[in-house]
Amino acid sequence: MGAEVSLRTTGGPEHHAPVRRSWADPAFAGLARACGIAVLILISGIIAVMLFGGRQAFSTFGLGFLTSSVWNPVLHHYGALAPMFGTIVTSFIGLVIAVPLAFGVAFCLTEMAPGWLSGPLGTAVELLAAVPSIIFGMWGFFVIVPIMAQHIQPALIHSLGRVPFLHPFFSGAPFGTGLLTGGLILAVMVTPFIAAVMRDVFNSMPPVLKESAYGLGSTRWDVMRRVVLPWSRTAVIGGIMLGLGRALGETMAITFVIGNTNRISASLFSPGNTIASLIALEFPESEAGSLKLSSLLALGFVLMVISFITLACSRALLRRGRLVR
Amino acid sequence: MSTTMPDLASAAHRRHSGLLRRRRNIDHVVTALCAVATFIVLAALVSILFTLVSNGIRGLTFSTLTRVTTPPGNGGGLLNPIIGSIIQTAMATLIGTPVGLLAGIYLAEYGAGSQIANAVRFVSDMLLSAPSILVGLFVYLILVAPFGHFSGIAGVAALAILVIPIVVRTTEDMLRLVPLSMREAAAALGAPRWKVIMLVSVRAAKRGLMTGVLLAIARIAGETAPLLFTSLGNLNWSVSLGQPMASLPVTIYQYAGSAYDDWVQLAWTSALLITAGVLLINIVARVGLRGEDR
Repeated sequence: MGAEVSLRTTGGPEHHAPVRRSWADPAFAGLARACGIAVLILISGIIAVMLFGGRQAFSTFGLGFLTSSVWNPVLHHYGALAPMFGTIVTSFIGLVIAVPLAFGVAFCLTEMAPGWLSGPLGTAVELLAAVPSIIFGMWGFFVIVPIMAQHIQPALIHSLGRVPFLHPFFSGAPFGTGLLTGGLILAVMVTPFIAAVMRDVFNSMPPVLKESAYGLGSTRWDVMRRVVLPWSRTAVIGGIMLGLGRALGETMAITFVIGNTNRISASLFSPGNTIASLIALEFPESEAGSLKLSSLLALGFVLMVISFITLACSRALLRRGRLVR
Repeated sequence: MSTTMPDLASAAHRRHSGLLRRRRNIDHVVTALCAVATFIVLAALVSILFTLVSNGIRGLTFSTLTRVTTPPGNGGGLLNPIIGSIIQTAMATLIGTPVGLLAGIYLAEYGAGSQIANAVRFVSDMLLSAPSILVGLFVYLILVAPFGHFSGIAGVAALAILVIPIVVRTTEDMLRLVPLSMREAAAALGAPRWKVIMLVSVRAAKRGLMTGVLLAIARIAGETAPLLFTSLGNLNWSVSLGQPMASLPVTIYQYAGSAYDDWVQLAWTSALLITAGVLLINIVARVGLRGEDR
């Protein structure tokens, strides 16, 4: 209809336009949609391929794969418990250290630092997030591990190694590597991510809420604790989960400092393993089609499920926080 | 009578000022702790940069940049990992960017309220923070295992998969910032929808989109884990995509823990090169984005 009107009023070659539009528009829309769906297929493919590759391990060991801590290539017995333990413990240590640090940084950036300082300061923290993870691994291996071995671990063994209940966690030889060092490196790596989320959340708060609290004579900390934190709690937890997701999947940095031993020990100094670092180390040595390869892929699937759940929780919390705003 | 009133008032005042003092003290302590936390984080960054520069600068010579890797003790350089990193990063960017761009356009311009678009958005966000080693495993199973050997093309594929979600996210965010009135104005002139998107929305958001691509390049240039199972690394000179291909991050991984001083030195130099490149791209991207805001 519109085309006929335009034909009659303007005449000439305009009548080509509707013809061209008839195929170009749907073609472009179709192409864009195809690329969107390709992303969907891609991640389904990753999950499916991992599950398919790990089927041999799952069918051989069943649920025992998740509860066994044996990793013995000679006897062809593989269990996921030790690397799962290492992944969870290092990530937990990482978060315990990272969350207060990240909060401090975010508080500094939003409430304390003057405008001219908070910009460059924020950029510096973001640059820390951009450093490739293998660089953290090298830094950890050559700088942090010697410090841990010579100063921090001996000090902890002397001070806490004889305290009842605590001594199992702080016993053993101070090699410098191990779960504590791994957690420490993870903390440095995830702090910028958590701090960035916290800063954005704190900044997005309506200033009038803070101003009214200041007007009543609150100190900065009062405002933070009584006004900002309750208001932004969900989103802050979402940011922490985001950091947890990073920590769970981190590979190269951990591989350098964890010690790479498949065992479960209470001591924070004992060498351990994580799912990602076990895969990185053992994968090149596994033959195609072997049970070992299948076990590693099954581990990859387990890691995928763990990080998928974590990230889904994080998204949900961050979105809810946004809705409140 | 006349003496009790001021006494009461001053007692109340003392009590209040005591509380106030305590609150002030807590505030000072917390403030100091936060400054310490910021200092620790900055100290970590400075320590990393200092370690890289002080250890890596010695190896940053002309021969390091122009010779290929050799067995330890023969004065080898980093030419093949540098070229390999450039080839793989560039090709992955060229492949991943159009897919991510179009998917982002789909989400921002066509996908409003559609269930598929919501699923794509969710899945793309998952892929954005999924462990990159899993992407390496995936590509190993579909591009390495069936052919029986590691290859540069597999490395490119793994990195391209990592590029896509970053570009999708920035494209969608940037296109949403383009005012609706601009699209309406173009549509009112009779432009077909694809022209409105490509010539108005995308052009208006061009700077933001470039930023996204730069951030993606910075991200994949330092990736190691996905390359271990795909392009693996190559100690000989090779630019063939069908063969295993060297890259700087994998060279760091292979050389850093070795017993040879000259290999460890090459690992430090690789680390310095990669970090300098990644941080430079990041700074450029952020400066570009800030220009967008003005």
